[in-house]
Amino acid sequence: MALRPQQPLLIRLTHWANVPLLVIIAGSGLTILNSFPDMGPKGAEYFWYPHGKAPPEALMIGGWLAGARHIHFGVAWFLALNGLIYILYQIASGEWRRRVFQIKRDALNALQTALYYVRIRKHPPEQGLYNGLQRFAYTSAIAIAVLEVLSGLVLYKPVQLSLLTSLFGGYDGARAVHLLGLCALALFTLGHLVLVALHPRELFTIFTGGKRE
Amino acid sequence: MKRRQLLTFALLGAAGCNSEKPHDGLLGAMEKWNDGAQRLLFRKQKLAPEEPERLLTRMEDFPIYHVAPDVPVAPKGWRLEVKGLCSKPLSLSVDDLQRLPRTDMRVRHHCVEGWSAVASWHGVRMSEIARACGADPRARFVEFNSFDRPDSPGSDDDDDEKMPKPYASGWDRESVDHPQTLLAYGMNGELLTPDHGAPVRLYSAVKLGYKNVKYLSEVVYQPMRTGGYWEDQGYEWFAGV
Repeated sequence: MALRPQQPLLIRLTHWANVPLLVIIAGSGLTILNSFPDMGPKGAEYFWYPHGKAPPEALMIGGWLAGARHIHFGVAWFLALNGLIYILYQIASGEWRRRVFQIKRDALNALQTALYYVRIRKHPPEQGLYNGLQRFAYTSAIAIAVLEVLSGLVLYKPVQLSLLTSLFGGYDGARAVHLLGLCALALFTLGHLVLVALHPRELFTIFTGGKRE
Repeated sequence: MKRRQLLTFALLGAAGCNSEKPHDGLLGAMEKWNDGAQRLLFRKQKLAPEEPERLLTRMEDFPIYHVAPDVPVAPKGWRLEVKGLCSKPLSLSVDDLQRLPRTDMRVRHHCVEGWSAVASWHGVRMSEIARACGADPRARFVEFNSFDRPDSPGSDDDDDEKMPKPYASGWDRESVDHPQTLLAYGMNGELLTPDHGAPVRLYSAVKLGYKNVKYLSEVVYQPMRTGGYWEDQGYEWFAGV
């Protein structure tokens, strides 16, 4: 493989495109949730959701249900396209080899890194572009994003895509996965921001591309 | 809070997105795109799965909804008028409908708000009505009108011009002719009650709830697309599921 920057141009572009797209899709999604702030079918709502609890006002985008739905279903296409470009680029360039979590290669390293972060280990394990824990986090985030697209398609067309609907245990199952996936992605983003704050050098890399290796 | 709103406005405003008017600008363009995508995904013969009886939503949990302040009651001598581009316009009573071939289905209801519920529906396929009235294939759209009329904001109740229009919805012909689109006179084994749209309501397994007009008064086969109660306020027109 020829030398290539730590963060190739296409990775940087799709990364930054995600920022406004994810903010808008999440905010409009919460406005949609707000019109029925509950989970599960009518009369058989799931026990674990705080029935009727509205999402935080400050995070909602779109103002009302119809506006939020138009925004959500509009932005969704761009977000999916951005994700598709990102994944296809990784496959075509072989970039996935240094990014995707592979149990044999990364599991022990991920564990050691975690131990280092909680101060049980004195020194971090050796690493290339990413350590095992990073690979695990990034790969999980992509898997969850794919799950968000699939469960979102079920909510968009539960009848026309009935096979997909049944894979999620029905429309309401898909709706629950869609919300829990959002929570997981929000947690990931929070952790991502904290770690960037701890390693500010990486913030430059995702702008400039970093050194070739 | 202020800054966040400003940022949202800047982001969306720059792109021509006005959430108040979702049929216009970039949002309107994306709605057209989604309209196309939905038509592409729509399969005429694709059936919504029959739900098992144990998943039936209890009657008291199935939401009741109308736009009139009180439960709408059918006017005396009510009949359902089927008209427009058809060779034999019909004027049907519930008895007339019950003499036509009956279809029963137990399917999931998908509300635009995000909830779902299951009910059984009993009635006549719209494709059967199209045959009976000799609906013209050039009628690419069908409008469903009701006697469910929202309260007038003014006091001039007699001035028909100023009265708000009753609940209505315009449909694409393909969805109307779908085998799971019914003129329903029964629900969960009983005759339809006024709470759920008596005497006759439209019920389809392939549209969001708000497209399924209750308290029907008219079915009009027509060559042009018309809006509807929620559609005119900014809700999506196709609204397939």
